[in-house]
This record gives sequence, C-alpha cells and structure tokens, in this order.
Amino acid sequence: MRSARAIIIRVGERLLSSLPALLGVLVVTFVLMRVLPGDPAVFFASGPNAGQAEIDNLRQRMGLDQPLFVQLMHYLRDVGTGNLGNSLTTGQPVLTDLRQRLPASLELTFTAFTLAVIIAIPLGIAAAMRPNSLIDHGVRFVCTLGVCVPTFVSGLILIFVFYYILGVAPDPTGRLDIFVSAPPSVTSFMLVDFLIAGDLEGWMAAAKQLILPSATMALFVIAPLARITRASMLGVLSSDFVRTARAVGLSSVKINIVYALRNAMLPVLTIAGIMFSTMLGANVLVEKVFSWPGVGSYALDALLSSDYAPVQGFVLLMACIFVIINLVIDVLYGIADPRISVA
Amino acid sequence: MTGALLSIEDLHVSFATRRNTVDALRGVTLAVNPGETLGVVGESGSGKSVTALAAMHLLDRAGRVSSGRIVFQGEDITHLSASALRAVRGSRMSMIFQNPRAALNPIRTVGLQIADAIRAHRRVSQAAATERALDLLRLVLIRDPETRLNAYPHELSGGMCQRVIIAMAIACEPDLLIADEPTTGLDVSTQKAIMDLIAGIAAERAMGVIFITHDLGLAAKYCGRVVVMKDGRVVEQAAPNKLFNAPRDPYTQRLVAASPTKVSRIEDLVVEEGVATLSRGPVFEQAAARRSAVVPLPVGERVRVRGLRRLWSDGRTSIRAAQAGERYNTIGASAPHPNPLPNGERERAEFGAISARPTYGSSPLLRVTGLTKRFGASTAVDGVSFAINAGESVGLVGESGSGKSTISRIVCRLLDQTEGEIRFDGTAIDAEPARTFNRSALRKDIQIVFQDAHDSLNPRFSAFDCIAHPLRKLMGIRGRAVLTERVFDCARRVGLPLELLDRFPHQLSGGQKARVGIARGIATGPRLLVLDEPTAALDVSVQAVILQLLVRLRQEENLSYLFVSHDLNVVRMLCDRTIVLRNGRIVEQGRSSDLFANPADPYTRDLLAAIPEFNPTAAVEAKVAEPAIALGAKRQPRARQVPSPGGEG
Amino acid sequence: MSVITLKHVRWVVASNPLTLVAASGAIIIALIGVLAPWITPQDPLATDVANAMQPPTTAHWFGTDQLGRDIFSRVVAATRIDLAIALSAVSLSFVLGAVIGGVCGYVGGRLDRVVGRVVDVLMAFPLFVLAMAMVAALGNRVENVILATAFINLPFYIRFARAEVNVRRDSGWVEAARAGGENDLSIILFFLLPNILPAMAVQVSLNLGWAILNAAGLSFIGLGVQAPTAEWGIMVAEGARFITSGKWWLVAFPGAALMLSVLFFNLLGDALRDILDPRMRT
Repeated sequence: MRSARAIIIRVGERLLSSLPALLGVLVVTFVLMRVLPGDPAVFFASGPNAGQAEIDNLRQRMGLDQPLFVQLMHYLRDVGTGNLGNSLTTGQPVLTDLRQRLPASLELTFTAFTLAVIIAIPLGIAAAMRPNSLIDHGVRFVCTLGVCVPTFVSGLILIFVFYYILGVAPDPTGRLDIFVSAPPSVTSFMLVDFLIAGDLEGWMAAAKQLILPSATMALFVIAPLARITRASMLGVLSSDFVRTARAVGLSSVKINIVYALRNAMLPVLTIAGIMFSTMLGANVLVEKVFSWPGVGSYALDALLSSDYAPVQGFVLLMACIFVIINLVIDVLYGIADPRISVA
Repeated sequence: MTGALLSIEDLHVSFATRRNTVDALRGVTLAVNPGETLGVVGESGSGKSVTALAAMHLLDRAGRVSSGRIVFQGEDITHLSASALRAVRGSRMSMIFQNPRAALNPIRTVGLQIADAIRAHRRVSQAAATERALDLLRLVLIRDPETRLNAYPHELSGGMCQRVIIAMAIACEPDLLIADEPTTGLDVSTQKAIMDLIAGIAAERAMGVIFITHDLGLAAKYCGRVVVMKDGRVVEQAAPNKLFNAPRDPYTQRLVAASPTKVSRIEDLVVEEGVATLSRGPVFEQAAARRSAVVPLPVGERVRVRGLRRLWSDGRTSIRAAQAGERYNTIGASAPHPNPLPNGERERAEFGAISARPTYGSSPLLRVTGLTKRFGASTAVDGVSFAINAGESVGLVGESGSGKSTISRIVCRLLDQTEGEIRFDGTAIDAEPARTFNRSALRKDIQIVFQDAHDSLNPRFSAFDCIAHPLRKLMGIRGRAVLTERVFDCARRVGLPLELLDRFPHQLSGGQKARVGIARGIATGPRLLVLDEPTAALDVSVQAVILQLLVRLRQEENLSYLFVSHDLNVVRMLCDRTIVLRNGRIVEQGRSSDLFANPADPYTRDLLAAIPEFNPTAAVEAKVAEPAIALGAKRQPRARQVPSPGGEG
Repeated sequence: MSVITLKHVRWVVASNPLTLVAASGAIIIALIGVLAPWITPQDPLATDVANAMQPPTTAHWFGTDQLGRDIFSRVVAATRIDLAIALSAVSLSFVLGAVIGGVCGYVGGRLDRVVGRVVDVLMAFPLFVLAMAMVAALGNRVENVILATAFINLPFYIRFARAEVNVRRDSGWVEAARAGGENDLSIILFFLLPNILPAMAVQVSLNLGWAILNAAGLSFIGLGVQAPTAEWGIMVAEGARFITSGKWWLVAFPGAALMLSVLFFNLLGDALRDILDPRMRT
C-alpha cells in the first residue's frame, strides 16, 4: 500500500494535469456555441420580423460585438464565478437548473453502475474460471448480444414487458409516482432521503421507478464489463506467476482471489471508468425514454429548442464529472498497482 | 527403479489445438533418485518442459496425459485429486521456471509471496511466516534482505527475482526441485551464481533436482546424470562424462558436436554421418521445418510471387540443379556456388577462417573513434574506439546493457551517435544522420543481419521479396528477370532452397529464416556486414549450420564482420579479434586466440570463468595442451570419420 | 501478397459456422442497403391514416405506424441511410486515424505524447455527449452527424494504429527496411501501414456496429436525420410514444433491424479476427 502522503501528492498532480483538459473543453464549448451557428442575436430576437435595431441592441447586450478573444475571456470569467447564463426555456440560471436536476441523473447512473458491476464482474470471472463450459458460452453469448442493443430500444422493450404486459412496473415517467409525496430533501437522492425520513413505502415507490431505467442503462455496460473481466481473468490465470503459485501449492482460494483476481481487476478498473463515462452519455437517451428529470433530458430539451446556455453548462458539467471520475480511477489504480508510482 | 524419488514411466502427453491433437510426449521414461541432480537436455520442441509440467500437473488446459505413469516417492500421482495434489506441490515437490520476472505476482511484495508459500503448507502465524521468509531470503543470498522483503518484483533484477522464486520453492523443504531453464535469458555471471545457489542448496539438503536446459555445458557441470530428449522421447541417458565424450545416439552426437565449447572449432560443429551427405545441416533443418511450419506448402505449389511463375518454368533446369546441390552446400561441401575458388586455394580458405588474413597495416575498413551514445541521462556507449580491417571479423561481446547492440546499430547507421567519429573506407559516415543515410552511396556497403530472424522479416513479404528489397532499392535493379536471377543467386549462396522463396516468414523454420536474413544482408554485396546475435534465437544444431555458413560466406564474398554476441565461445570461433564491452566501455580487445587464452582484464576472466564447462575433464587437459587437438582427440568417433572436412570436393 | 490462404479461411469457417452466418448476414444487410429503393414493397413515406397502427398482417408484414405508413418498407429504406452514415463516418475516421496514429507511433517523442494524452482524454469523455454537442453546434444536419460520429470514433483508430505501429517500429524488419534504403515516409506508408491494415479491418468491422448505434441514437433524440425520413432511430423515437399502449411493432422492427445489423457487423469483425489470427481470440 502506498502511503497517504503519496496518494495526496498523486491526487494533486492529477488534478493539475487535468486542468488543461478542462480548459480545453471550456474553449471548445465556447467556440462551438458562439462561433459556428448563425447569429444568436437574430435567434434570440423577439420574432422573425424583429427590426435590425432590436437585433443590434441584443447583440450589444450579449457582448457579441466584442472581439472573439474578449468574449472568451468574459466567458471564462463567468464560468469561474459560476455564472453559466440563463436558460431561455426555464427562465432560471443554468447553474440552478443543473443543481436541481443533477441528483436525479447521478442516482440513476450510480444505481445502474452498481447493478452492472455486481452482475458483470462475477459473470466474467465465472466464465474465465471454466473456459468453454456452458456458463462461458452463455456469458459470451450475452456479451455479443448485449453490445448490439441500443439503450433506447432495450428501455422500450423493458417498458413493454414489465409495464404493459406484466404490469409490475409503474408508469415509466419521472422519479416518483405523482400520488406519492416526495421526502424532505436532504441529499436529493430519493432512495436515501426516503430512508432518512423512514418512509419505506415511499422508498419502494421510488425504487420501482428507478429499477427499469437503471436496468436499461446497466444492460448497456454489462456486456463490455463482463467481456473485459473474462479476458483479463483468463490472461492472468494462464500467467507465469499463477503457475508459480500453483507450483508451490497455494490453495485455490488464495490463487484465484489474491493472485489472479486482484491482478485481473486492474484493466477492469480502467474500463469501469470509461464505462461510467459512457453511462453519463447514455443518460441522455435513457432519461428521454423514461422521462427522467435529470440533466440529460434538460440538456436535450434545451438543445432541441436551440437554447444553448444549458447545453454548454451540461457539457461543462460532464467534463467536471469526467475529471473527477478519472481522478478516482487513477488513485484507485495507484493504490492497486505498485508499479505505477515508478512511472 | 524402486528407490526412485520420481519416476516417469512411458508417459504420453498430447495437446489439443484448434486443428488437431499434437503429441508432445511419446513415451518418456526417466527417473530421478533422492539427492540426485538429473539433467534433461534437448532442443526446442523436444518435450523436456512438458515432461516437467506433466509431473507437476501444471499442463495448461489443452494438455492431457494420455497414458503412462508418474510415481513420486512410491505413490502413483498420475491422477491425483486437486486437494491431494496441493499437499504434494510445494511441500514435497516444487518447481521454478524461466523468465523469473513474470513468474512473480507483480502487485504483491516478495516477502508476502514467500510467506504465502510457507503458509500454504505450515500452520504458522503471518509474523512467523515473515520471519521465515527473511531467513529464506538470507539463504538465497539476497543482499539487504530486510528491505527486499517489502520490495515488489519490478524493483528487483531478473537474477534477484529468480532467487526469490527459489526461496519460495524451497520454503517447505521439498524433496524434489524441478528447475525449468531457470537461467535462460540471464547473463552468464548471474547464471553461474543462480546455478551455484541451486546446486549448493540441493547438496546441503540432499534434495533431488531435475534440471531442464538446452545448454549442454550447464547440464555437464551441474548434473550427475543427463537425459537427452528429442521429439517427445528420451534418446539417451548417461553420466555427463560418458554422454558427452562418447555419445551413442546419432542425435546426441549431433547435439554434442553442435554445442560450442571453449575449445571447439567451427568445422567441428556439424557431425557428418556416412559419406552420402557430407553435411547433415540442411536436411536436418528441413525436417524441422516440415514439422513446425504452420501452414506447410507442398513443395512446388504454385508460385505466388509476382511474375515469378513464368521464370520458374523457364528456369526449371537451373532450379533443379540448385536443388540437387542444396544438400551439400553448407561448409566444407563442394556445393556449386557462383564463384568457386581454385582448388588449392579452397583448401586454405575453407577452414582457415580465423587466422586467414587480417591485413594489418593498410588503412582499416571501419574506424570508430570515441563513440558515445546517451539516451537521456544514461550513457549506453561511452567513448568506444576500434577498427575493422578489410576481410576481418571482429567480435563484440558483453552482457546485457553493455552497449553492444547500440554500437552495432550506430555503425550500421540505423541510430545516431551522440559523439564520436566513424570512418568507413576513409569516408566520415558519422556526418550523415541515420535518418538520411538511406540515400548514401555507402548504404549498400554496410548491411546488417538481425538477432531474431523471425522478427526481422516483414510478415507480408515472401522470402523472395525480402531478399529482393535491397536489390531494388539500393542497386536499382528493376528488370524482373535480372532481379529474379540475383535473388536466386543470393538464395543459392546462403543455401536456401529456391522452392522456399515464395513462402512467407511464418511458413519457414528458424534456420531458413536466418538464411533469408543473411541472404538479404549480402544481397547488395556489402563490404561490412554487422551481425547482431544472428544465432541467438536458434537451437544449437541450427546455429552450428548457420555459423558455418557465415564462415564460408566471409571467404567467398570477401566480407568484414562485426559480430555481436553474448556467447563467448561463438565469438572465439568466428572472429579474428574480440572486443569485450562492459557498461558501454571497452574493457579489453585483442586477437581472439590471445584474448581467450590469456585474458588480461579481470572482468574478461570472470566472464570466461562463468561459461559453464562443457566437458570438465577435457577442458582441464585442454588448458595444458593445445586446445583444439586435445578435444579433437577426445571426440574420436567423429574425428576419425572425417579426416579433412574440405577434402570431399 | 496475402498471407491468408483460402484453406485457412475455409478452416475457420468450418470450425465456427457462426462465421458464415455473420458474413452472409452482413452481406445481406449491405445488399438491402444498396437495393433499398427497388425492394421496398410500398412507398416508405406514403401515409394512409385509415390504416394507421395496424399490427403486422400479410399486407403489412411489420404493421403500420401512426400515420399508416408501411413499417416494413420504412425499415428497408432506413437501412440505406443508416449504413451510409455509419460507413462514411467509419471510413473517415479510419483514414485519418490510421495516418495520425501511424505517424505518431512511428515518430514517437513529444508529438506522440501530446497526441496520446489528447486521445486518452477524449476516449474517457462521454462520447455521446460530445457527438451531441458537435451536432448541436455545427448545425442539425446529416453531414454533421457523420462528422460527429467520425470524430468520436477517431480516438479509437488513432490509439489502435499508434499502438500497432509502435510495437513494430523497432522490429527487425523495419530496421532491415531502413538498412535496405527506405526513408521514414515510405516505411510508414509501404511497410507499416500495410502490416497493420488487417488488424485495422477488424476494428472497422467492429466499429461499424458502434457507429450505427451512435447515428441512430442521435436521430433518436432528434439530431441529424429528420422526420419524415425513414431512419431506424427516428422510427423508434416515434414508436416510443405508443409503447405504453402496447403497440410494440412500431418499436420492435426498427429496433430489431438496428440490433441485427450491429450484431452481424460485430460477428463479422470477430470472424475476420479469427481468420487473421486464430490466437487473438479471447
């Protein structure tokens, strides 16, 4: 194990080195949103027959008459002070909107991710332990199929089966049935808040709403996760050091858990980070299918009504989450693999 | 064999591949007695490792014992349950492997790994196990064991990793240790240290050892009895003295002859049998190729090289002639090669290689002065100066990290030096950066043959294309007929059967690939050929043939060699002069005969001392008497058969 | 110059019949894409409100949608546009990625480190969000969907080509080519790239499925291809509104088409990999 100090230094280093990436995202979103599409002033003007004076006025107010670099500086300053602009559709500051909606997305993603990990990793390990067995073929089949089903289709299939045919799932809209009252908000995570409030019935209701969308999302990443786990475990099991462990007579539990599994988890960790990131993206699709009030559907609605500030805010938010995730993965990797600190 | 520690009786092992099953062992019978060290030698594919893995039940999933028995301490362990097996492995019978770095868990400290091995069989606390691990580290002579206990494998050298593995293997005092090429890939000095360690521990504990190696010298030095394996069978077994001095089996004879020793000469390396085939080399090699080729093409299958088809049918007769000659055309045979020397001269040329004609006095072909190469902060080559005369063969020897490969690449203008001057035939070639040297007129005069024959052939080029490439590019030969003729010519000169020219690298054997690489190297008629360990990846019997080919080519083509190798015996045989490198500096250089007889520098002496004695008794005598004669006399069967290797023509 | 013999291909096919299924499936889908305008039984855009929302019948094999359009014809017609988008996006990123990755892998040094870092960052970023933002910014048009899909594929190709070139850069045969008088450019173009091409082809096949999913996902959320054009993503999006009332066929058939095409291209990729190197299989 590395010392705590080393970990802190590492975190600091990684934070610093991710700053350029974050800055890059900022600049790119700025350029994409400000420069490429048509004149936003024309768009934001009251109507198609707005006069030139009104447009010019708007342009000045929005700072669009300034040189591009100055605009960028203003933008950076705004972002730095937490001013992401206002959403035209909701009329609220984007930051407020995002803050309200982020917990819904995070709750969904975390649930789905946990679900995926606890299903995929044991499956991958089981398949690797018995290559060419029934379970191995089964896992490989599921993996092959799993990557082919787009989230928006699998979500709809789940709705059809569990809501329409079986009738066990609630109406697939939103985080909570309209007849259930929301718990007092403490963490903004429904499941946690209901637990805090001690409202088990409410908890069940929220869980029921959550299960289909998170299953949809989990389905999407189970296949790649199981696949990499299997491949990695297979590789490690046939490695020289596992053979050494066998040759000196270690117990199979020790070989499989301490020697093989811990090593096999290293690549899985990397992929898990990428998968989490992919799920963040897939949020957009799943939230649309299940009318989930998260940041994805928020950004999507804004995008389709050409309301760019929320989209920018959303992309930035994703970038920040992405930096944090990478940091976490990196630190975990550093703890798990002693070779890293050398590099 | 009742008292045997481990006896293997008529063991058959087969591997299921996706295509079919391959028999790896076809009836192996051997036994090792308590406290005895049994050597198992053989070339790649002989089944020596499979035997060991089968005994340990460590075959991978595809492998299966189809018949035979494995009896350990009187108990039949051929079909042992997993739990019973676990009680045997490590505590009564243990195994160490080659490539020690990979054989340790990379993310667990070595102390914990040794403790794991102890606690697998002993009910002791973690603290006690760690204490014992420390003792074991001391026992395997690891410096500073307290700190090493908490080290990860990547923080240790290869030799130290192997010591740790030995510590793990002997942690529970097994009665039998199987060592599968434990020193392959390690430097000679490390090799000696590790082998001495194993031998010492074995002697101290009266532990039986099965020592698997391809190196006859090691087997001779450390084993009480040696088993020779070939094609999954035991062909001969005896005490090393008897086995290596008077091998009975023809294969053992070839193997023994082909293994370079301190006193052997190039011409001794290939055993001739009977009169019909003077040289067994190519025939032997082709047989190996037939066995190992992944997708064997029947000889004479349609030629897929562009435009070759027509020429093939046109040139049928010449090809057939070449094929007829093929069997004879390693060294010593009077194979039809393009520029046969007059009879009297050939006599001298054939084997007088070593002392033939260094032309001192005249300006050297290559002069390297103050050569330095730095990679970042580390200095790989540090102020090296040497010269090679026209027609001379110079050996560059050293352990890994000595900078020998770096020098070879700089001389060959594939890498830029940091400092220093390189003059080729009076021209300063150091001025031309490696990037643009491809345009130099001298490019065709300095060519190189690479270490790994497989790795040095473009997988998408046929053998023909490989050889044709420098001809096209550097000689500007475009005409198909001319090109084909030149490629055929090169192939003939290196003894590559013409029908192999349309094969791709993966369809050729190791020796054939080496020949293609050499043919490419000589295609442009270079004056200096850099040979970067050209035989390091080959089995000894193939190496022997290739070495002879190199000697012959140097005579015929009037080449100068810069021969890079870690194998001192090979360098001694092949090179007029030898340069010994250490950490990027020259520690000693001089005429090979002098340097090897009387090494001046202690490092050279250590290196020479570390080479495993191939034949202890003979070598001792050899030091007193004239070397070559002494051994020649010992190896009478062969020596009598072939009085004068060059005489047949 | 091919290293692969027909015999080997035949053997791979024989040992894994799925290969043949995958190959024929992929070919059939490609054919449908090419021939779509001629094989649709009805006009994919013709509405017939009287016959709206019909479940599958003999007249309408896949049923009709909310405007009475024949879903079978629409699924067939959509094959063309979906494949076209995916193919053009993948070819674009393949060519760019091979060149950029090849050069970086060969040259190494600082350029390689910078590109490598950028690629790593890009790959870990939520790519769908990136594509969404790009289409939003560049304008909601089909060619921008192609560009965006190509862009998010690019890091994979760069990384792949870079790694493949890198392991070969110092191999003996590349040094031999240099000793044989080749310069850096010709080594990259005529020696390294042809050698990594087979492996890249596998990657293309595997990525094709992914590109299809991406393009369909974008149109599902309303970017790129616009209604009433027949496109799988749009069809699923339109059918989604009726799933809660049990009208499964609106979603099921375009969804299945999407799934099958991705499946076949993935299987084809696996099969190609088997043919190229049986040992690469995991």
